[in-house]
Amino acid sequence: MHVGSKCRTCRRPAIIDLPRHNANFCAEHFLELCRRQVVKAIEHFQMLTPDDRILVAVSGGKDSLAVWDLLLELGYRADGLYVGLGIGEYSDVSGAHAKAFAAQRGLKLIEISLRGDYGYDIPTAASATRRVPCSACGLSKRHLFDKAAIDGGYTVLVTGHNLDDEAAVLLGNTMRWEIGYLARQLPVLAARDGFPKKVKPLCRLTERETAAWCVVRGIDYLVDECPMAIGNKHLGYKATLNAMEADSPGSKAAFYLNFLERMAPLLADHLTTERDALVACATCGAPTSGEVCAFCRLQATASEHRPVPVEMMTRGRR
Amino acid sequence: MRVLLRNPTREIEIDGRRRVHALLAELALNRESHLVIRNGTLVPGDGELGADDVIEIRPVISGGT
Repeated sequence: MHVGSKCRTCRRPAIIDLPRHNANFCAEHFLELCRRQVVKAIEHFQMLTPDDRILVAVSGGKDSLAVWDLLLELGYRADGLYVGLGIGEYSDVSGAHAKAFAAQRGLKLIEISLRGDYGYDIPTAASATRRVPCSACGLSKRHLFDKAAIDGGYTVLVTGHNLDDEAAVLLGNTMRWEIGYLARQLPVLAARDGFPKKVKPLCRLTERETAAWCVVRGIDYLVDECPMAIGNKHLGYKATLNAMEADSPGSKAAFYLNFLERMAPLLADHLTTERDALVACATCGAPTSGEVCAFCRLQATASEHRPVPVEMMTRGRR
Repeated sequence: MRVLLRNPTREIEIDGRRRVHALLAELALNRESHLVIRNGTLVPGDGELGADDVIEIRPVISGGT
């Protein structure tokens, strides 16, 4: 009879293989590894202090619920923020997961509805502005996350970006040599006028690891992919990186973490130049490089447009 | 065994036993992008799946940024 793989730490039966660590782990020691990676990221990049008032951007997916869970486990005080994007049933289900997580643990969850509070949703914004849906979504979320953190007096905004997310964005920006974006691709962005401090404590964990964290911890998250993200470039970059990872475990971590260590410091001057060019948006006061910020321009166009159902924007995909 | 797949959600039947890594390879699924779950518990790459097992192959890739 085959004897299954053993945990590297305790030699009990393993529940997960992690080729990038060339090791297998039982549930207990897998969770310990995840905690250690998050603590390492927090300490190395000086992300958080015990006194911080933390706001976690929560989507109902594995990464945001995992990072919220991890921070609470590590003793941090953290509230959640959920933005309802109006992407049909997908948003209904994602919102239900975020609310259930908060309710079961007695946590505070701030809720914003794009349609209810700002008069538009993502399918409509994408159609009205002819933007790629993920672009309209990212722009909306970034603005509302920043605003909620500033308005709520939070000292840090946490997002659930994981190592795969960061490596995929890095690959995309490198393919186009987007120096400005590369300079900003850090797991910590300091607070400045109108922007909260932003941190990514999961930057040392792959998304397979964050998903496994949720399974082991019994966290019920939204598994299905956003219908508007199917076929986007970001997923293509991830597929490319995972094909490389299969042949050479550890490639993704080396690509991203070595960028942070060796390349990001060389780009620091570009970050400073970009920051100096910002002014206050004439409509909402948020920092922007133009007279009116991109969010206010998007909202003005999208909220005037008749609502577009998500099915109209996803027909023919897959 | 009965195998639940996602995106889109569907079920398939596989005859006989398999190791996890062999099943993923057979279905042309990257191990780095998936977890295999049986009765709510993760199964590692060399774990054996029985002919009567019901398992979920869960993708872990998210498309947003």
